[in-house]
Order: sequence, then structure tokens, then C-alpha cells
Amino acid sequence: MSAAPKDSSHGASKASLLDTLVASDGAVSAFVVILGFLCGTALILAVGKNPGNMYAALLQTLSGFDVTRGSWNARYIGEWLTASMPLILCGLSMGFAARTGLFNIGAEGQYIVGLSAAQFVAIYGPQVPGLHWILAVLAGALAGALWGGIVGWLKGKYSVSEVVATIMLNYIAYFLSRFLTQLIPEANTYKTQSFPKTALLESSLLQGLTNGSRLGLGIYIVIICCLFYWFIIERTRLGFELRATGFNKEAARCSGIKVTKSITLSMGIAGAFAGLAGVVVALGSFNYGRVLSGYDYYGFNGIAVALVGNSTAGGTLISGLLFGMLSSAQPLMQSRQIPKEITQIISGLVVVFISLRAGFRMIMEWRAKRIAKEKRGERDE
Amino acid sequence: MSSVLGMLPSVLMMVAPILIAALGGMIAERAGVTNIGLEGLMGVGAFAAATSHALLESSLPGSVWFALLMATAAGTLFSLVHAFASITLKADQTVSGTGINLLSIGGTVFLCQIIFKQERTEPYKLGMMPGPGGIYPTAWIALVLLGAIWYLLYKRPMGLRLRACGEHPAAAASAGIDVYKARYLAVLASGALAGLAGGCLVLTQTIQYTNMTINGAGFIALAAVSFGRWTPKGVGGASLLFGTAVALAIYMVNIEALRRLPPEFFSVTPYLITLVTLVIFSGKDYAPKAVGIPYEKGAS
Repeated sequence: MSAAPKDSSHGASKASLLDTLVASDGAVSAFVVILGFLCGTALILAVGKNPGNMYAALLQTLSGFDVTRGSWNARYIGEWLTASMPLILCGLSMGFAARTGLFNIGAEGQYIVGLSAAQFVAIYGPQVPGLHWILAVLAGALAGALWGGIVGWLKGKYSVSEVVATIMLNYIAYFLSRFLTQLIPEANTYKTQSFPKTALLESSLLQGLTNGSRLGLGIYIVIICCLFYWFIIERTRLGFELRATGFNKEAARCSGIKVTKSITLSMGIAGAFAGLAGVVVALGSFNYGRVLSGYDYYGFNGIAVALVGNSTAGGTLISGLLFGMLSSAQPLMQSRQIPKEITQIISGLVVVFISLRAGFRMIMEWRAKRIAKEKRGERDE
Repeated sequence: MSSVLGMLPSVLMMVAPILIAALGGMIAERAGVTNIGLEGLMGVGAFAAATSHALLESSLPGSVWFALLMATAAGTLFSLVHAFASITLKADQTVSGTGINLLSIGGTVFLCQIIFKQERTEPYKLGMMPGPGGIYPTAWIALVLLGAIWYLLYKRPMGLRLRACGEHPAAAASAGIDVYKARYLAVLASGALAGLAGGCLVLTQTIQYTNMTINGAGFIALAAVSFGRWTPKGVGGASLLFGTAVALAIYMVNIEALRRLPPEFFSVTPYLITLVTLVIFSGKDYAPKAVGIPYEKGAS
């Protein structure tokens, strides 16, 4: 008899721990990421490779420290941050739309128009130091905002599903970008001429700090965007209206919020984030304009970033750095005989697991029901 | 005119996989489950077909057909993930479809690296052989499937039940229909068809699987579903139109009148047309009413 209460209290504490885990979005994200890594590790073991090599590559990306050679190179850290930047921005894009109850699968298209607009300004803009790249950045953000805003407007005005509309606009952006970029006289079928120096997002300070990596001014854009995101969502009337629309469109309409305007604005801001991701890649990682030959997949990976980051500014920053680490570690893995696609598999698994969150909740409910039933049984005795 | 007729086999070669995948997407949506993972499922199918054909080509006569079977099986198996997540666990269908797409790109190339030690499958010597008139058998497969699916959806009780689950699952359940079972069946069918479509694509249009093989065909199929307004007739017509556009983008250099246009003009048409028609017909709801909404037993 004395053992019984101890046992039940033990059961209750276990349930409450699980409860808090499921209730906290951050804990679920961490759990899901760990699960993704575990599956990735198991997969590498299953194909007869050494998962230690994967973790060595990841460590080298994060810290610049090469375990096998015992050498240190800050360039890896710079490259990691560079790879993370567009992912964070696309994550913010997806997350901002999600806060308004929209699924922005179109970050890829908004990224492409941002990238293309920046390339055009880089080639044809005024070559004034300090002004040129700022114009390119603004053009990219504006183009992305326009591309996203269209979707929001169509959704608000004509109730066109944003999922289908953005998928279509992704491809329209892609083919439009290819067509327009090839119109540049000096362009061939895969690249344009080199950009003038004034258009590049280079920073000799950051390059010096990271031993000549491609890390540049884009990092400041990312930081500003994260702060802007947090401020708009959490601290302004606009953010409140957008979130209200996301929670319940009809209730928002009834309380005097202009829903079409809200949705258009939300998708516009989301598009601007993705457009900036395009700018950061176009002018940060390349010094010539690209005629795209396929998706860069930053927009799609941004979906994973936002899902893991729970659409908050801080969460998206952290999860963007995580996915940036995965993609930046790819060449290091390949050189250690680990197929680099393992990183994409982990990203994909994480998205699938995140989508199962509702499943975790169901298990919790089922547990709660069972506990209640047991209690009733005890009372009957 | 003769050059247009001469293009017919190429057009049908492009149309067949799009139509087959679109039929799959249509079935899933009619049962109430969006499947934006079509692209990824086609990739899995194409990978399975290319791998088994490349490995068995010399030893197994008729390995093309076996490869198509493998593609169908791979697609079905992979769609189980989407079915389990979106039906049993009531996950957001767009999220789980996105997961399928991401997993497919990583997973297939990963397996290529393991099996073939490179980022693509080994090329095979001979793909599928065209039949009379230079038309690939895949066109006939697509046509037969179109007819069969129309018959199943509209002339059999099973089809009626399936459609009911996409319109009003609670009402369907009260009439004794097992909504979960019907939706599972529909999603697995869409996986099988998308896998088969991927197999058809890779065996007729190219000689190996790479991460660029599908290149948006799945999303074109998705566009064909909504442009075809969720009916077999409409989806058939939409796939024909979109497939023609894709073929024109590739073969326009052979046609005097079109040579001046940029190839992107034709590539972009399926997407542009779909977007514009979505806006034009926005007032009328052609989409199944309960599409995208997880069904919960006992709720409502």
C-alpha cells in the first residue's frame, strides 16, 4: 500500500515532463532535430560508413577545427555563416507568412526575383561606392515584396489558394529570370559579365576576421531583418493585426481589420525577406550574374528553417544556423567519404517529423485519457 | 503542318507522365488530401525505374516493364509516409508534402552514391522502345489509366465513396464509409501513379536518373489537377495542353514560325495559364470542399 502512492506520483511526474515537452514548441523542435540526426546517423551506419566522419565535418564547419589534422581555420566559420544567411532570410519569409496563417511555399520564387533584380541593378546601376549596393539591396527587397504581395492580394481579393499560386509563381519567376537575364547583351546561356566592385556586398573587415571567406555585408542585413521581424510581430499594432488575421480571419474582419490589406502586406513583407536572401546570394557569393539553371532550394529549405524555428525571430535565426551548418558541411563530408546528400535527408526528415507534431499531441491525449480511466478504476475499488 | 504532326510522338511522350501523375493527384484531392509531394514521388519512381533497369538491362528481357513495376511500388511505399502523417496523425498536408519533396531529392541521390558511387544512376543502353508510329507505350498506359480512373470514380460505388470523403467526410462517415480507409487508398493510389509517372518519364525521355530528371513535372501535374478542375476529362485536357507546351519549349527550334520566340515562353505557359484561370474562376468552387482538412472521427 505504501508503494502505490509513490508509484502513481512517479507516473504523474513522468506525464507532466512529457506534457511540458510537447507543450513547449522549442523542446519539440530540439527533439525533432535530434531525431533527424539519429536517423541520419543510423542511415550512415546502415550503408557501412563511419558516422564519426559526419560529426567531424560538422564540428569543422562550426568551429573551424579539423580533428583529423589538428589544424584550425576560421574560414570555415565564415563560410558557415555565409551559407546560413539566405536560409535565415527565407525562414523569416516563411515564418512571417505563417504568422498570418499563410503557407508561403513561394519563397523560392521571391528569392529568384530578388536575386534577378539585384543582378540587374548591379550591372546597370550607378557605380557610386556605398550607393550602388544599397540600391541593389533595395531593388531586390522590392522585387521580392511585389512577388509575394501579388499572392497575398490574389488570396485576399479572389481567395486563390496561396499554395497553388506560389508554386505557379515560383516557376514563372524562374523562367522570367532566365529570359530577362539572357537579354543582357554580354550574357551567354549561363552567366553575365562580372559585376562592378561597387555592387558587391564585400567587407574586408569580415573577410580578414574569417581568413578570406565569402562572409560580407549580408550578415548585417540578416541581423537587421531578424530585429525588424521581432519588432513588427511582437511590438507593433500591425503585427498584432497580422497575427489576429492568422488566428481567425472572420473574427479579425469583424473587429475592423482590413483582411485583404493585412494578407497582402504580410505576403509582401514575407516576399521582401526572401528577395533579400536572393540579394545576399547574388552579390555576396558571386561576382557575376547567373542565368539560373535550376532552383537554388534556399526557399524550400527556408520552410524547414521556419518550421523548426517555430516562426519566431530568435528560433528562425538558430535553426537557420543549424541548416546552414548542414549545407556548409557538404563538401567536407564528401571529402570524408560521407555522401553529402545525408544533409538533405536530415532536412527532409526534420520537416516530416515536424508535421507529426499533431501526432505527439494525440498520443498525449490518449495517455491523459488512460490515466483518467485508471484513476476512475482506483476510485471504484 | 507535317512538322507539327511529326512532333506528335514527342508531345505524347511529354504528356504521358504528366497525365499519369496528375491522375494520381486528382484521386488524392478528390478524397480530401492534397498531395504536393507529387514531384518527390515522381523522383522516387524515376530513381527506382532507372536503377532497376540499369542493373537488370542485360540479364532480364523486358526489364523495362519490371522497372515500371518497381517505380510504382517505390511510389506507393513512399506515399505511405504522406498518408500516415496526413491521415492518421492529422499533420498539415502541405508540410508533409514538402517533407516528401525534400526527402526525395536527398534520398534518391544518396542511394545513387551508395549503389553507383556517383551522383546519378548508371546510364542504361536502351530505354523504352517506341511502338507503331513512333509513339511510346507510355501514352497508351496513360490513356488506359484515364479511362479506368474515370470509370472507377464515377461508375463504381467505390468512387462515389471516395469522392464523398473529399466533399463532406463527416456525412460520408455517417453513411457507414470508413473515411480513413478511403483516404489511405487514395493517397497510396496517388503515390503509385506518381511513381509510375516518374518511371515512364525517365525511361522515355532520358537515359539515367539525376536530381534534374523530374525538374518540375510533378508541379506541372499539380497545376493540371487544378486547371482541369478535378475531373478526369479536365485533367486529361490540361495535361495534353501542358505537355504540348513543355514539348514545344524543347522542340521549337525545329519549327520555323516559333524559332524567334524564347524557349522560356513555352516553359512558362502551364504555370501562367493555371494562375490566370485560378483568378478568373475564383468565384466558383470547383475544388473538393474538404480538401486539405484532416478528418477527425467523432468531431463535428
